[in-house]
Amino acid sequence: MNKELQGIDPSVGNFHYDTAYALDAGVGLDEKTVQYISAAKEEAPWLLNFRQKALKVFQSKSLPLHWAPAEIANIDFAKLRYYLAKGGPVSRSWDDVPEDVKRTFERLGVPEKERKYLAGVEAQFDSESAYSRIQENLTKQGVIFVGSTEGLKHFPDIFRPYFGRVIPTDDNLFSALNSAVFSGGSFIYVPPGVKVKQPLQAYFRINAENSGQFERTLIIADEGSEVTYIEGCTAPRFDTTNLHSAVVELIAKKGAKIQYITVQNWSTNVYNLVTKRAVAEEAAEVRWIDCNIGSKLTMKYPGVVLKGRKARGEVLSIALANTGQHQDTGAKMIHVAEETTSNIVAKSISIGKGRSSYRGLVHIPSGLKGCKNNTQCDALLINTESRTDTYPAIRVTGDLASVQHEASVSKVSEDQIFYMQQRGLTEAEAMSLSVNGFVNELVRAFPMEYSIELKRLIDIEMTGAIG
Amino acid sequence: MKALEIRGLSVEIAGKPVLRELNLVVPKGEVHALMGPNGTGKSTLAKVLAGNADYKVTGGSVLLDGEPILGLPPHEIARKGLFLAFQYPMALPGVSIANFIRAALQARSRGTPFSATAYYQDLYKKMDLLQIDRSFTARSVNDGFSGGEKKRCEVLQMLMLEPSYAVLDETDSGLDIDALRIVAEGVNHLRSPERGFLVITHYQRLLNYIVPDVVHVIDGGKIVQSGDKSLALELESTGYQKPVAVS
Repeated sequence: MNKELQGIDPSVGNFHYDTAYALDAGVGLDEKTVQYISAAKEEAPWLLNFRQKALKVFQSKSLPLHWAPAEIANIDFAKLRYYLAKGGPVSRSWDDVPEDVKRTFERLGVPEKERKYLAGVEAQFDSESAYSRIQENLTKQGVIFVGSTEGLKHFPDIFRPYFGRVIPTDDNLFSALNSAVFSGGSFIYVPPGVKVKQPLQAYFRINAENSGQFERTLIIADEGSEVTYIEGCTAPRFDTTNLHSAVVELIAKKGAKIQYITVQNWSTNVYNLVTKRAVAEEAAEVRWIDCNIGSKLTMKYPGVVLKGRKARGEVLSIALANTGQHQDTGAKMIHVAEETTSNIVAKSISIGKGRSSYRGLVHIPSGLKGCKNNTQCDALLINTESRTDTYPAIRVTGDLASVQHEASVSKVSEDQIFYMQQRGLTEAEAMSLSVNGFVNELVRAFPMEYSIELKRLIDIEMTGAIG
Repeated sequence: MKALEIRGLSVEIAGKPVLRELNLVVPKGEVHALMGPNGTGKSTLAKVLAGNADYKVTGGSVLLDGEPILGLPPHEIARKGLFLAFQYPMALPGVSIANFIRAALQARSRGTPFSATAYYQDLYKKMDLLQIDRSFTARSVNDGFSGGEKKRCEVLQMLMLEPSYAVLDETDSGLDIDALRIVAEGVNHLRSPERGFLVITHYQRLLNYIVPDVVHVIDGGKIVQSGDKSLALELESTGYQKPVAVS
């Protein structure tokens, strides 16, 4: 790390450097916006067509206000900027990345982490990837790790058959929006039997005020392959709204394993409305590890469609809602084959006036033998103003499945805080220790670097909560 | 003065006086016992000394080696060297004993390097002294502990944090005789000219194992009698009911 950056906590994203954009689709969303984006990317006609259809779907749908948190009505789609990029090719070396962008990622510790323990990195700045690189030995084994633009342009035979198949355009309002204006994100292909030992990481950075980031990620793990993908997200805090609305599709073919880890630390003016779903074929395993610390409102329910016999799906999630935040998170497990198993562990922490909700869906149709689901959701409340809600939906028809659901709500009491303070911990340290204790069991399943990062983010949040 | 000095301390809970101009001085190097019936303000005194904000101090002062500590946040009082062994220690689910004590030690010595090896050596040595099984390091603090385990865990923390002054609030309550002996041994291990103890107890039997230099009797929120260890024995035979002369 260079001298200037010493003592700066890389997990804190609240800073920004002035940036000039060569490509700007302007404010608001209509047919012209979509054309502009497609032209800027020099896309094939089928993609422009895909976007145009998606725009119509988006315009025909309304916000899901009958169930979603009311705050989503505050998003003014006409005031957002949908595409902002510096232009030029994606760099393969940090030396070629424009100086202001490079400084941002250095300050966030990305190149340093890449040197230490990552097999590949993609760094997205607003709408486009600024940097993308994967270790040479993986390229030789046929692993592809590129941005969505490159993926669809250079490897259409691999990606096009799966693009938009796990999450169709009309799945929901935000998947339609993403399909119309998507840019950036990661396209990954792992050939049969290849096990990528170190994680691939994408870093998503929103830098511009009033902007939306709509990345599109598609990961295909071919038969018997393994891959871990990690995404980190930050943005500076603006007074105005930013929207982050991604679509993430995963395909785990027979016997493949995909682990997808998110450490989301958006600033508290970001609406984070993301659709994430995986298909797990025979004996494949998909695990979503989803940590939501930041954002104003997050709505995210990673799902696994258990399509092949003996497929396994797992969601491990941690949500932390401080004053002014609402984390509406959960999981979906759709069992469509026999002997499929799923596991959901969701832990939420609400502090001050923060609000967390768990929304789950477990679907096991009648006649399927040997399916199992275990769901555990635990909520921790710190002080009396916090609230937490659980909306579990378990649709099991027939009696051949085994389903377990456990839920708990606990509080950190003043007596507990006093006890810890008496041992010399400040109030913030005491709260942080309680929260870490609450998530401890779950965090042990995470790769070490990320459990450390998560612990640091919790410490920072607790210090902020005391003020 | 090298002492824990309580001068004219008056405390109220919900408008009701609980401590009334209480005076008590524990010089460094001495063990003082505080005895008295239930509801006379013993536990209130312990919590007020530790900085608990639930109590309203209406008068007096508390000095730790000459420095006033009333009104300081609890963690600052703790870092100045005052330790309270709780009558009802709180469970901390998910927080292991090893992590908790380490966090407490590190909170006191920010910036100085911390050796995990030395820490565990020290921790194991002190656990052996208290006959605490090594597997306890991974258990959550006081979570599902028996009464005896909780008290041993309190004494373990005290041994690790090495306070200048320790207040033990009914550490003997709920202990069988073996556990009592072990806990007392832990306290005696720490006894030194550099340390003062205030041992709060309802019963005399603890004082068979932790022999006090001075015994105080509290009643109605103030000290009504002070004497040497024979005072405890006298109370044992006559009970608290007998009116005692104000010393």
